[in-house]
Amino acid sequence: MIGLLSATVSFGALLYLAALGELITEKSGILNLGVEGMMAIGAVTGFMVALETNNPWIAFLAAIVATAVFALLHGLFTVVLGAEQVVSGLSLTILGVGLAAFLGKGAVGRPPGAVLAPVDWGPLSDIPWVGTIFFSQSPVVYFAVLAGIAVSLLLTHTSVGLALRGAGESASTVDAAGYSVTAIRLAAVAFGGAMAGASGAYLTLSLTPQWAEGLTAGRGWIAVALVIFGAWRPGRAAVGAILFGGLLALKTRLQTFGVDLSPILLSMLPYLLTIAVLIVISIRARNRPSAAPAALGQAYRREER
Amino acid sequence: MTPASTAAVDLVNIWKRFPGVIANAGASLQIKTGSIHAVLGENGAGKSTLMNVLSGVYRPDEGQVLIDGEAHQFRSPSDALNAGIGMVHQEFRLVPSFTVAENVVLGASDRLVRRTAVEKEVGELAERFGLATDPSRPIWQLSMGERQRVEILKALWRNARILILDEPTAVLTPSEADELGRVLRTMADDGRSIIFISHKLHEVTGFCDEATVLRGGKTVAASLQVADTNAHELAGLMVGSSPIISERPPARQAGEILLEIKNLEAQSDRSLPVLHGLSLQVRSGEIVGIAGVSGNGQREMAQVVAGLRPATAGSVSIAGQEVTATPPAARFKAGLGYVPEDRLGVGLAPRLTVTENAILRNYRSLRKGPFLDSDQADEHCQDLVERFGVKTGPMHEPIAGLSGGNLQRLLVGRELSGGPKVLVAAQPTRGLDVKGVKAIQDLLIAERDAGVAVLLVSEDLDELFTLSDRLLVIHDGQIVGEFNPETAQRHQVGAAMAGEVVTQ
Repeated sequence: MIGLLSATVSFGALLYLAALGELITEKSGILNLGVEGMMAIGAVTGFMVALETNNPWIAFLAAIVATAVFALLHGLFTVVLGAEQVVSGLSLTILGVGLAAFLGKGAVGRPPGAVLAPVDWGPLSDIPWVGTIFFSQSPVVYFAVLAGIAVSLLLTHTSVGLALRGAGESASTVDAAGYSVTAIRLAAVAFGGAMAGASGAYLTLSLTPQWAEGLTAGRGWIAVALVIFGAWRPGRAAVGAILFGGLLALKTRLQTFGVDLSPILLSMLPYLLTIAVLIVISIRARNRPSAAPAALGQAYRREER
Repeated sequence: MTPASTAAVDLVNIWKRFPGVIANAGASLQIKTGSIHAVLGENGAGKSTLMNVLSGVYRPDEGQVLIDGEAHQFRSPSDALNAGIGMVHQEFRLVPSFTVAENVVLGASDRLVRRTAVEKEVGELAERFGLATDPSRPIWQLSMGERQRVEILKALWRNARILILDEPTAVLTPSEADELGRVLRTMADDGRSIIFISHKLHEVTGFCDEATVLRGGKTVAASLQVADTNAHELAGLMVGSSPIISERPPARQAGEILLEIKNLEAQSDRSLPVLHGLSLQVRSGEIVGIAGVSGNGQREMAQVVAGLRPATAGSVSIAGQEVTATPPAARFKAGLGYVPEDRLGVGLAPRLTVTENAILRNYRSLRKGPFLDSDQADEHCQDLVERFGVKTGPMHEPIAGLSGGNLQRLLVGRELSGGPKVLVAAQPTRGLDVKGVKAIQDLLIAERDAGVAVLLVSEDLDELFTLSDRLLVIHDGQIVGEFNPETAQRHQVGAAMAGEVVTQ
């Protein structure tokens, strides 16, 4: 049971990191469906760099930077060139997963070069239950918590956050207010990539320290669903992350509990829950702007009227 | 003449050429500090170009921009903003989901935004200039008049000393326009200079100090003292010939009832009841005008008649045929023409071509087998363009490039081409120049004379008095008064619009 709860927090953090990045990206008005591919790139980069350097932190940082650059491919197509965001995002997923498999060919089955060791909180880690669940996690988990708080503060209490939200609601207004919509959106896309990269690296540097093709196993898609489930709010997304993280943790442990339930059914649950939330949102929001950024998915060109 | 050094704004001999068009051909404009200055001119007279030069959107090919006597060369709107020039655009640049305060400080705040402190500051600024708003409310909940106040607040927040308002009253009700006049006066008394672009002459004579008239890209009358001139003279200067005054066309015998609305009830966008048992009839060969303060259900009424909003109770009949629950296409077949308030968006699709927009109503009959017959479509479009005098570029270009007047001509033309028995026109002349207004009004009268029942919803009382055969007043979702426009007094209608019970 402790194992299940501890894994819930771990998986929750995994999903939350990627979802936070996607949340910021979508708040700026860009939909990036390439999260799955970006996670794969982050995962393979982290693992490969760890093999070379044996330093988990360099590997983690490298994954973040590499994935941010990879995400800027989506930025180039959608923000700069105004291409269809859904198509570009899906391409990014296909490209990312394929590229990761190609790059990681030599690493399949090899032991990790380095792992991110769980943080030792001293006496806190020794508290029964709580210590195991919350205070003996990978540093990435605490990074996710801090990132959630930071993103939340950024969005509501800074002028940068105001401009970012504005870019996703009404790009022309933000343009008229003197900001560069292109710069805001590119930065948001890069941030989305960085967070997906961190999430992927967490997978190969600590959660399942190994590399195999298809390691991300659709978790990037759950992160995309999580953004909608959280109604584009970092706080609600955190609740969703714990919930979906619990489902992921349960899935891997079902057999050990001897429960005769198909894990495939459990895999469906995050999406079913997201659809349910979408329905609730749309019923409640019938007479007000929806929770989704109003300009989500729309390219911005200044001269259009 | 006042020396240039005391002028807040001095635009000298501005030239601006675009491919194929000379938008400004030596235009000049001089604004005194602390005054409200009207800039008049028809669409295409060069007002917008001149204002875009002043606000840094365009760079002039020739000429000088002097602010407080100092020459400036603006490279971008933010340069102009730094020089103290704020522009309130016709289309508001506001984020609907943001609060008033968030919109005001967007792009002009410290790195950290403390919500309560900012809201308090914005509230204080609003109060100082009599711009009543609640800084914590989101924009989407506000009326057009309130949104405009937020736009003005944005300019004030950025410390604009020179404010350009581009047709500010186009979206306002008469009482909101008067309120705006008072706010502008407060700002002028505060030492700010206001440039007021408008088509409505009575507003210019009502609350401006001076007026400059542009025609064909040139200044034809500079800094006229409003006190020494009148609406007729200004109208004459604008059109360059004798002023256009809409004469009341002789009334005709009204025929059978073609549009009948009985006890209609409907809900607003926010699911609140907005029509409360509204009833009216329009007969063949008459124009029935609907006057009312905006937000009293006239918009929703027109939408229910057009089939774009469900009725929760009551009925709508067109030419004796009940259509209450039918879709828009069935109403079109029954003989309804509809000119919506929102011409670009509801009436016309901005990105579709001129031809595609022209055939939106009757593409079903322009078929060759399962396909559209493009030759017939082109022919139909050409016919509309010629009959209704639409000035357009290539027919296969997006319609968004047309000017407001031409968009409206095409839209009205399309709605009339089906030979309607009933025409519902919501704000058909809003934002058009003098010639455009006249053209649309003439079309409405011609249709009436041909036996069409016309229901005209307008915020322009002058227009309603000129065109209507009967004038109904809507208040709180009900018809509260009927007037004969030939004998009624404006103040009586105004009182009814305000909800006071009047007997004529």
